[in-house]
Amino acid sequence: MAQKRVLMKGNEVIAEAAIRAGCRNYFGYPITPQTEVMHYMAKKMVQVGGNFVQAESEVAAINMVYGAAAAGFRVMTSSSSPGISLKQEGISYIAGAELPAVVVNIVRAGPGLGGIQPAQGDYFQATKGGGHGDYRNIVIAPASVQELYELVVEAFNLADKYRMTCMIVGDGTLGQMMEPVAFRDEEPVETIAKPWAACGRKGDSFHHTVTSIYIDPDVLEKKNLELQDKYKIVEANEVRYEAINMEDAEIVITAFSTCSRISRNVIRQAAELGIKVGMIRPITLWPFPYKAISEAADMPSVKAFLDVELNAGQMIEDVRLGVNGKKPVYFHGRLGGNLPMQKEILDKIVAIHEGKITEGGNF
Amino acid sequence: MAKGKLTFNENLCKGCGLCVAACPKKILELDKTRLNAKGYHPATCVNPDECIGCAFCATQCPDVVITVERF
Amino acid sequence: MAVVFEPTKGLTDKPFHYCPGCCHGIIHRLVAETLVDNDALETAVGVASVGCTYNSYEYIACDMVQAAHGRAPAVATGIKRNLKDSFVFTYQGDGDLASIGTAEIVHAAARSENITVIFVNNAVYGMTSGQMAPTTLVGQVTTTSPWGRDPSYQGYPINVSEFLSNLAGAAYVERVCVTDYKNIQNAKKAIQKAFNVQKNKLGFSLVEVLSTCPTNWGKEPLAAMDWLKENMEKQYPLGCYKGADITFDADGKYVSGAIPATANNCVNVGEVKK
Repeated sequence: MAQKRVLMKGNEVIAEAAIRAGCRNYFGYPITPQTEVMHYMAKKMVQVGGNFVQAESEVAAINMVYGAAAAGFRVMTSSSSPGISLKQEGISYIAGAELPAVVVNIVRAGPGLGGIQPAQGDYFQATKGGGHGDYRNIVIAPASVQELYELVVEAFNLADKYRMTCMIVGDGTLGQMMEPVAFRDEEPVETIAKPWAACGRKGDSFHHTVTSIYIDPDVLEKKNLELQDKYKIVEANEVRYEAINMEDAEIVITAFSTCSRISRNVIRQAAELGIKVGMIRPITLWPFPYKAISEAADMPSVKAFLDVELNAGQMIEDVRLGVNGKKPVYFHGRLGGNLPMQKEILDKIVAIHEGKITEGGNF
Repeated sequence: MAKGKLTFNENLCKGCGLCVAACPKKILELDKTRLNAKGYHPATCVNPDECIGCAFCATQCPDVVITVERF
Repeated sequence: MAVVFEPTKGLTDKPFHYCPGCCHGIIHRLVAETLVDNDALETAVGVASVGCTYNSYEYIACDMVQAAHGRAPAVATGIKRNLKDSFVFTYQGDGDLASIGTAEIVHAAARSENITVIFVNNAVYGMTSGQMAPTTLVGQVTTTSPWGRDPSYQGYPINVSEFLSNLAGAAYVERVCVTDYKNIQNAKKAIQKAFNVQKNKLGFSLVEVLSTCPTNWGKEPLAAMDWLKENMEKQYPLGCYKGADITFDADGKYVSGAIPATANNCVNVGEVKK
């Protein structure tokens, strides 16, 4: 049976996907450009018998997430960059206490209050920690509304499986975009036992404690090493990316989410000019697809990489680690909430092809 | 008058003296001749026959040191 | 012969790390006894905060969650909204609740979250070595008000029970102390009443317990108790600030008294698979 496709806004799909994934807890605070997630949840959560609380702050919202997750329930919050900065306290505690949670960041331009237009300036914050201490979040960057739906459902499974925060990173473009979505009749929801949950002893001979404090340095080091072991398993098993037109590519674009959509068209336009352009689109920003980038750098056909981002060059640091000096890495970025035109990227590709620009960026 | 019997989980005692002050019969003291495992002078009952089992001492104790029986 | 007082099963075997004469041990015990008295040890979930009581999750024998500084009411909200029939409480100090956590406590009360807050006020930051707290008395010397708290420079103390009781969402707010047998019995009654308020889904309840900090006050435990009575009780008068007329029958069932209209704001969203 052909699946019915419905036209929906990205932000609303995030909320619908969460509910379909069995999430019955949403705690949030209003911020542009993600408010539709909250509006949808405010209506729907009540209808499906779940919890919706408009918290007094982002800080309170993430701590309500911490509480619901500690008690063993699927839970989500969503926000945008300045709000995510406030949530970092809770995200660090969630990492320390090893709780499953889904956090959505519909990124806007910064720093500070910045602007409300799309940006990718939170790449560092999302992938390199954000809060204090040695921890990781699984960071997922969907590029379409359909993918947003599927990956939000998956995010809940990954969060439960690894007991960590799974962060969905989009931007205002993706959040506000309307595209057709085909919903599955039944979601691949994995119900994972949570024997650690603090929801009452219920006959257990011990009490369950959820905590992130370990005063003894030896105990804390051991706890940290366990976390690092877990992160290694995630790195080994959960890397996701899309390789586009990579057979005999000469120039490889690296771009995620919105930038990958713009770059996809550039590949076709470059081909018309006789330049073979491929693209590696990281879907997981952490764990990052270093191996795919490294293997591309080893391809004899590949002459150079062009990293395209809505920031001053953040993911490019991971691209360079993957390339490891084997090929030049060029950069094209836009700031302040602006998107690159296809022609800007195409011009850069032509210049690289003709050897007319030096390595590095447009800043 | 009811009679009481006190049992001290002595190694939990921190020698704060709150029980000494709480006792209406004034029969508790910190034993200055001894140190417990924590290094404090533990509370002790110097005149057990006078104890009335009121449990004022145990109620006031912040470290749940004292068990009280009454007969 | 009958045992009239013995260690409660509501506490674990772990010895308290608190300083000699600190009231936290007494207050922990009252909470733990209340859980046992109400047969709630198997279902209750407590939230520990930051400060001297960071470790209370190891002492109280029900399920416990350790929260970030000041955030316990938000964490408790996340728990209680899912476990509406379980007793959910926070245990917070004055730095935690009345300084860094003011937003969380005010809004939990305003929403009339059906949780119970045990608020321990000793007028000083204990864990970090005696800094001025939002509850520090005017003139009180601390490590960060070395010449005494000067209102023209450091402002005035916050009377938490008084201001929270003004919120429509607060069902029951009472201030007690544990300086002597009678007051300890009153404190226990207040905690039991808060338990009943929550059990009957009447909304937000808070018991403020005045406490000593002999170490950071620089006083012997007994002298600290006297200082509390002479000074703290003037700034923080004991008594019931909200819900004094709420009554329960012998089984703890609500009988009468003014309550917030909010009542039950939580739903059960199913069981956690263990």
